[in-house]
Parts: sequence; structure tokens; C-alpha cells
Amino acid sequence: MVPLSYYLILSAIVFVIGLAGVLLRRNIVIILLSIELMLNAANINFVAFSHYAQTITGQIFVFFVMTVAAAEVAVGLAIVIALYRRRATLNVEELNLLKW
Amino acid sequence: MTLLLLIPLLPLASFLAVGLIGLFGGPWRNRGHYLAVPAAFAALLLSLIVCVQVMLGARLTADLYTWILSGTFHVSIGVQLDPLTAVMLVLVTLVSSLVHLYSIGYMRDDRGYDRFFAYLGLFTFSMVMLVLSNNFLQLYFFWEAVGLCSYLLIAHWYERRSACNAATKAFVVNRVGDFGFGLGILLIFTTFNALDYQTVFGMAPAATGITVNLLRPVSGVSGAHWDVGVVTLISLLLFAGAVGKSAQLPLHTWLPDAMEGPTPISALIHAATMVTAGVFLVARVSPLLSLSQTAMAVVATVGGATALFAATIALTQTDIKRIVAYSTVSQLGYMMMACGVGAFGAGIFHLLTHGAFKALLFLGCGSVIHALANEQNLRRMGGLRSRMPVTYLTFLAGVVALSGLPPFAGFFSKDEILWAVFQVPTVGAKLLWLVGLVTAGLTAFYAFRLFYTVFHGPSRVAPELAGHLHESPPVMTVPLMVLGLLSVSVGWIGLPEGEGGIGGFLSTVQGFTTGHRGGEGAVAHVVVVGLSVAAAVIGWAAAYVCYVKRPDLPAAWAARFTTLYELSFNKWYVDEVYDRLFVRPTVALARGLWRGVDVRIIDGVVNGIAATIRRWGQNVQAMQSGQLQHYALLMAFGLAMLVGMYLFW
Repeated sequence: MVPLSYYLILSAIVFVIGLAGVLLRRNIVIILLSIELMLNAANINFVAFSHYAQTITGQIFVFFVMTVAAAEVAVGLAIVIALYRRRATLNVEELNLLKW
Repeated sequence: MTLLLLIPLLPLASFLAVGLIGLFGGPWRNRGHYLAVPAAFAALLLSLIVCVQVMLGARLTADLYTWILSGTFHVSIGVQLDPLTAVMLVLVTLVSSLVHLYSIGYMRDDRGYDRFFAYLGLFTFSMVMLVLSNNFLQLYFFWEAVGLCSYLLIAHWYERRSACNAATKAFVVNRVGDFGFGLGILLIFTTFNALDYQTVFGMAPAATGITVNLLRPVSGVSGAHWDVGVVTLISLLLFAGAVGKSAQLPLHTWLPDAMEGPTPISALIHAATMVTAGVFLVARVSPLLSLSQTAMAVVATVGGATALFAATIALTQTDIKRIVAYSTVSQLGYMMMACGVGAFGAGIFHLLTHGAFKALLFLGCGSVIHALANEQNLRRMGGLRSRMPVTYLTFLAGVVALSGLPPFAGFFSKDEILWAVFQVPTVGAKLLWLVGLVTAGLTAFYAFRLFYTVFHGPSRVAPELAGHLHESPPVMTVPLMVLGLLSVSVGWIGLPEGEGGIGGFLSTVQGFTTGHRGGEGAVAHVVVVGLSVAAAVIGWAAAYVCYVKRPDLPAAWAARFTTLYELSFNKWYVDEVYDRLFVRPTVALARGLWRGVDVRIIDGVVNGIAATIRRWGQNVQAMQSGQLQHYALLMAFGLAMLVGMYLFW
């Protein structure tokens, strides 16, 4: 048996990689990609616990997470497209009107 | 009782009604006198009726309204009626009525006509209530009220800088005295636990043994003691108020400057009524005052010193109103001197006669000023006798009365004072009597100096005014004639001397029966009277020589005795000394406090707080960069904190 902690550590590492991508990348599409990565890290976590607790609940919840992720991507990309049409840039540093 | 209450209420109603006219105008504008003058004369009539009732034996003390009720502290608004009050009421309402009438002529075409009459009404109300009070707090309240009216009326022509300054000076100098007065009232309360006259005067004799340690704040540490009798202390503090209000030395400086106000005001407030409030106070608290030999001595000495001091200044002044003003200060000194030796009745008698002839002199000056289009310098007058006969004759009556020549009013009252002072067996009293005698001579001199330079001799009037010169209208000359008659006759109510006449009438007032009646014999009395008359005659003769026969003499003497002349002409430099000692340091302190404390510290702190908060705001503003990833970072950071707290706390 692979110890549970290995899966959790893996999930954590993937999450942090995703987080780093959100915080550090300039391209909006890459940021959305990184958000997906974070969600999937959470999925790994759910499945690991589901396997080790011998209950199906975790894996069922993964379905929900994936559905939400899909919807969110749809909306997020729609916003990106609208932004691109307006500003012709995908560089998030140039989208800085959300201030005082 | 109703009659009594109407006496103050009529002028109050006049004030309110005429005040409204003054504010809102309309068809009644500049006709305020139709309301004010009848109200004043009605008050006079009622005062006379009340006085007759008092002469027939009526007395009254009544509380009308409970003002303060706090535990055992009880103060009411109330009235007291006795001979002193009655006499004062008649004086106040009489002079007020005559001044009301006179002002119709004097203040005609003035922009503040209605305002003037309104304030006259307010003043009359306040003065009457002051005189009618039956407790110290009410007295103090109306004392301040008359001071307020004085301020308002001195600055009647408020566009004039000098008038506003004079009004402020009057109020501030009065306030200095009132500070002592207030302390006195506090001390009365802590000693007797009451503020109404009856209680305090009743308990006063028992309190003569109580002392106050003036060095109490430092006694614990140093063991130093300065015990003063509480009755003495109270009397001196109350006297401080009288010194301010009655323009005695050293708080006399405001009165000559108060001549900035219209002449009717000078006649009413600064001759016959408000300034006499100080003497009234001293007389009113005579039961208390006569228990303290020290206080009496102080009162008498201050009075005598003031009398002489002011007379010396009046000798050289050139503004006719100032001469009369200094004369008022001097005569008030006489009244204080009388009270100080226990002759309260004589002091009040002189107050009455003085009220008549001094008001007359002021109104006469007003008549002259009015005719000469506001000229007040006697170097530019002269020879007015032919053009203004009524003013001339009435002024003469006033001057003779002031000089104390028989059988005019001033003689009887002044003589009674000098005789009372002479009778006191101490050396100091004899000295005071001498001071009084010399002052009487000086008084006659400056009075006739004024008279001769204004009315006799060659005319030095400016040519453009000379043609237009004429006697004043009847509204102005009738009061002059009434006062002239009084100046001649009102002294006769002092006869028979001693127990009859006004002396007897006033002797029933509480506290008035002390004094040194019947000391030396009849021969001494005749000698003293003779000396007073002689002094007056010498003064008159000297003035006649200097200003009619040989007009070159005054200038020659002024050149010979330059130091004395300068001292007299410059009012003994008292104003300058006060300026150096008090005014400049206070102004410097105020300026220092303004710049150092108000601007630097207080504004600094307030502005500093605002600036600091703004700086913090600007620092925090950096958090709102608009950069998406900065916000995301902050969120991540917050998340890490939460997890950390959950795990490790």
C-alpha cells in the first residue's frame, strides 16, 4: 500500500504549482490553466481520501468539482475573449483598472 | 405694591416696544419717543407717589419669584422698599425722564434714534431693579446690566473707533471691580449661607469675631498666617465693586473716556445714576460696613483721595465734557468719604443734589455742543452768553451749586459731609476734612473756569459756526430749567439740619443711624461752614481773575509750573502707567498664547492628526494597485494565515 501521505503531498505540490502559476504568470489563459491545476490538485486529495477511507463519497464529490471547473472555464474564457476584444492584450499587468 | 412693580416694568416695556420699532422700522421709525417719554414720566410719577407713601411710613420687603432653590440655598427675585430706595427711585426716574425729553431734541436726525431710546429704557429698568433689589445676587445681576447698558450707550456711534474703545474700556475696568464684588458675594454666602439683605444684616453683628486666613493655601507648608476679619474682608471686596462702578481711584480711568457717548448719556448714566450705584451699594450695606473700622477707613480715604485727585485734573482740561466728568469723579469721592465716616445720610443727600446739578451741567454742555455742531473744546468757545441765554442761566445755576455756594443745593449737602468728617476725632479724619476743604476750593475754581471760558469773554468760535449759533429748542431747554430750579432748591430738603428734613427721613434706614452726630459744638460748626464757603468764594474769585479780568494769567502760571501743569493736563499719567503695567503685558501674553499655543500647539495637533491619517491612507493606497495578481497574492497570504492559525493555535 502506498501511504496516504504520499498522495496528500503530491496534491499539495500540484496545488502550489498551480498557485504559483496564478500569482506569477502574465498570460490570462495560463492563469486560467493554473486555476484548473489547483482544482485538480483538490480532486487528487478527494480521491486519495476516498480510497483510504473505503467510502465512495470522495469520488462522487470529484464529479461536482469537475462540473464546476468546466462551467467556470466557460465563463472565464468568455470574459477573456471580451477583454481581448476591448484591450487587444492578454497581459494581466495591463488590466489594472480595478483600483481607487 | 403694583405701583411699585410698574416703576421698572414701564421702562422695560418701553425698551421692548421701541426696540422692535428700531429693528423693524415702518411708520413708527424715528418716533420711538412717543412711547419712551410717557413711560419714563409715568415711572417718575409712580416713584413720587411711592416716595410719599414711604414718607408716611410704608415699608416693604417681598420675594416675588423663587429664582434658585437648591438644598438650603435659596435666592429669590424680590423687592425692598425703604427711604433709601424711595429716594433713589425718585432720582433715577426724574433724571431719566428729563433725559428722555432732552434726547428728543439732541438726538434728532440721528441714525440710531430708536435704538437710543430703547437702550435708555433698558437702562432705566436695570437701574430701578438694582435699587429695588432685596438680595445680593439680584443686585449683582442688575449691576452688570447697567454696566452693559453703559457699554451699549457709550458706543452708540459705533462706527467711531474711539467710542468702541471707550465702551470696552468702561466695561473692562468695571469688571475688575466686579471681580472683587463677586468674591465678596461668595464670601457672604459662605459665611452667612444666605444672600438676602435681611438675613445677612441680621446675622452680621454675630460674625464680627470670625476671621479668614488669607494665607491658607500656604499655611500647611509654611505655617504662615494672615487673619482678617470676615466682615472687613467682605466689606472691602464689596467696596471694590463700588470703586469700579463709581470711578474711584484707581479704577476711575473709564469715566472720562466714557464721554465719547452722547451727552444725554453722560448726564444720565455717568453723572446721576449708574455711577451712583457704587455709593448706593456702600450705603445699602452700611449695617455690614459700619462693623468694620478698617473698611470704613479705607472707604473714606479712597473717597477723599479721589476727590482731590480728580479736582486737580479738572483744572487744566480743555474738553468741556471731560471737565464735568472729572468733577463727577471728584464729587463721588465726597460721597464715599461721607459714607466712610458713617454719615451715610449725608452721602446720599449729596448724591441727590449732585444728581440734579451734575445732570444739569452735562445737559448744558450738550446744549452748547449741539449749538456749535459738536465742538467740545473750550478754546473754541466764548461769549456764548448773549446767544444762548437759557443755557447760560441754567449753567450758572449748576456751577454755583457745584461750587457749594449757599443757598444753592450743593452747599447744604457738601457742608453736611465736611461737618460730619470734621467731627470724627481722629487725626486722619481732620486730614480728610482738609482735603475736602481744598477740593471744594478747587471745585469752585474749575467750575467757574468752565463757565467763564464758555460763556463770557471774546468769542473764539469758528467763524462758520458763529452765524448759525442759537439757543436750543424747548425740548432741551425745559429739562435744563427744571434741573436749574432743582439745583437751587433741592438742598433745602436738608433743612432743618440733623433730624429733620431728609436727614431724618433717611435715618430710619437700617444701618444709617451710626455716625458721629452731635460731636463738637455750634461754634465749631459755624467756623467749619464759614471755611467751606470761604474756600468756594476764593475758588470763584481766582477763576474770575484768571478768566475774566486777566486772561493772560493762566498761561503764565502754566509756564511757571510746567511740571504740575503737565501732570494735571495728562491726568497724572495714570492711563499711561496702566498701559505699561497691565495692558501691554496682557496683550503680549495674549499674542504669545495665540501664536505659541493656539496656532502652534492646538492647530498643530489637529492638523497633524489629519496629516498623519492622510499619510497612512496613502500608504495603504499602495495595496490597491489594480494588479490582479497582487490581489491574488493577498488572498493566498490570508489563506496561509488561516491555516497556520488553525494548525498552531
